[in-house]
Amino acid sequence: MTLAPPAQATPAPTSGPPAFTPGTRPVPPSPASAALTFAWRALLKIRRVPEQLSDVIAVPIIFTLLFTYLFGGALAGSPHRYLQFLLPGTLVMAVLLATMYTGVNLNTDLSKGVYDRFRTLPIWRPAPIVGALLGDTLRYLLASTLVIALGVALGYRPGGGVSGVLLAVALVVVFALALSWVFTLLGLVLRSSNAILSLAMVVLFPLTLASNTFVDPRTMPGWLRAVVEANPVTHLVTAARDAMAGTATLGQVGTVLLASAALVAVFAPLTMRAYRTRQ
Amino acid sequence: MKSSCDLAVHAAALTKTFGPTRALNGVDLSVPAGSVYGFLGPNGAGKTTTLRILATLLRPDAGAAQVLGHDVVREPDAVRARISLAGQFASVDEDLTGSENLRILGRLQGHRPRAARARAQELIEAFGLVDAADRPVKTYSGGMRRRLDLAGSLTAAPDLIFLDEPTTGLDPAGRTQVWAIVRALADQGTTILLTTQYLDEADQLAARIAVIDHGRVIAEGTPGQLRESVGSSTLHIRLTHPEQRPEAARTLERVFGLPVHLDANPAALSVSGRTPHQAATALADLCRDGTGVAGFSLGRPSLDEVFLALTAHSDSGQEHVA
Repeated sequence: MTLAPPAQATPAPTSGPPAFTPGTRPVPPSPASAALTFAWRALLKIRRVPEQLSDVIAVPIIFTLLFTYLFGGALAGSPHRYLQFLLPGTLVMAVLLATMYTGVNLNTDLSKGVYDRFRTLPIWRPAPIVGALLGDTLRYLLASTLVIALGVALGYRPGGGVSGVLLAVALVVVFALALSWVFTLLGLVLRSSNAILSLAMVVLFPLTLASNTFVDPRTMPGWLRAVVEANPVTHLVTAARDAMAGTATLGQVGTVLLASAALVAVFAPLTMRAYRTRQ
Repeated sequence: MKSSCDLAVHAAALTKTFGPTRALNGVDLSVPAGSVYGFLGPNGAGKTTTLRILATLLRPDAGAAQVLGHDVVREPDAVRARISLAGQFASVDEDLTGSENLRILGRLQGHRPRAARARAQELIEAFGLVDAADRPVKTYSGGMRRRLDLAGSLTAAPDLIFLDEPTTGLDPAGRTQVWAIVRALADQGTTILLTTQYLDEADQLAARIAVIDHGRVIAEGTPGQLRESVGSSTLHIRLTHPEQRPEAARTLERVFGLPVHLDANPAALSVSGRTPHQAATALADLCRDGTGVAGFSLGRPSLDEVFLALTAHSDSGQEHVA
């Protein structure tokens, strides 16, 4: 009779030295590959912690229902008629409010020490931030889809059809990504995520409310009208509204892209400077 | 004199100030390639600050450092391509699984997806994390987390690994596991610079040790050399009657010509000497005086004693300057 061989078991870490090879050192990744890896990381985090999407899901639904029925009767005679005017504005507001979580997420990440490791890797310096923004695109698309689906269910009919809606969503997401650089900067320079949230309210509420989202600026006093017409969000809402109605002009699209480029040109370098000098 | 090629780290006169605090006050450091080097000091001595400068996370205010032949300020990317950092606060992603953490780090080192996955699997098996590989890291024990952190620094064959207090907060079993990993790495020829506040850890692992206090390196050498700098043999005596201790202390002081250390135990005292011969003379004298000796031991000073002696010198030095 022979003895049975010992059962195959995973080696306990205490029994003898660990066995591993030195491995190989590959060529460092390209900027695109590094950024995409960080985007993949952001998606994995959403999968592991889906609760973090609750704001992106709840806010668009609440805004669309609330504003339509709250103001509709008073401002346009009926919620149904108001929805036709309001929905593109709700889309803008829901997506722009989601940008503040870019800063909060970055700030939380930075406090955990895992960024120290990222900063010692041979990667393109902006990759962690660009990757996080790519991951945020998914959040913005989710918020957009919810607002539009709910709007259509409530009776909104885009005159521009599918292509008009897609153009509007693209403009809103591009502008939101540009605005996100403001929050990456805040996420780097502010101490806590609470500080970011309170400052975000101070920035985002005037920016989204002092616009043509809810009412026509022609009803406003002259000084406010001047402010509203200078607000880039007004131009974004106008472009989104006309895109969805099928009447957007190249000038409107160009204005939104220009405003987005200006935001990136100012806040991306400031963000990268803050990222480099953060001790 | 070694040429700079044989040195994994060469730092000269590093200084760093945070607001009113002078964290580094002229740190010089030469770490030979292919060995474990211990960087020893109490909390706040400047260990972590030095490590962060060498790992390109911080810029020094003054001084210069070359890591693997590259200047840390002027050529950070060349340094980053060949080093790894494992942190005091295990730098892994809590929300993600162990396997996801390793795959992300592998991809960021430039591995293709398949290679990153294979390397992650190899490290998971080697470090005893197979059962936990697909669980979020926040469910891991401290020891598992630290092993994953170490694994994360090995995804792409670094030439030099910085380990910042790799065993702080671990239980004895976790500590032994981390030590085994460090030894296995050293056997593969990887240079390891580890900071620690535990003397036995430096003694167990490091071929050479630098002792840092108040932002300066106050001693450097092999563990044996550091011991000898304080005294080659230490006599520990336990008396039968504690009330005889003052008398015994006088006898020892006369023979050794050095201050005697009175232990917390009222019956115990110790003194460091140059030769074992002094100890024999002192014991004979105690016997003749009728002092009851319950037990004695003669040994090389522990690194603890070395450390206390060195940092005491450095304290008094600071006071003279002030």
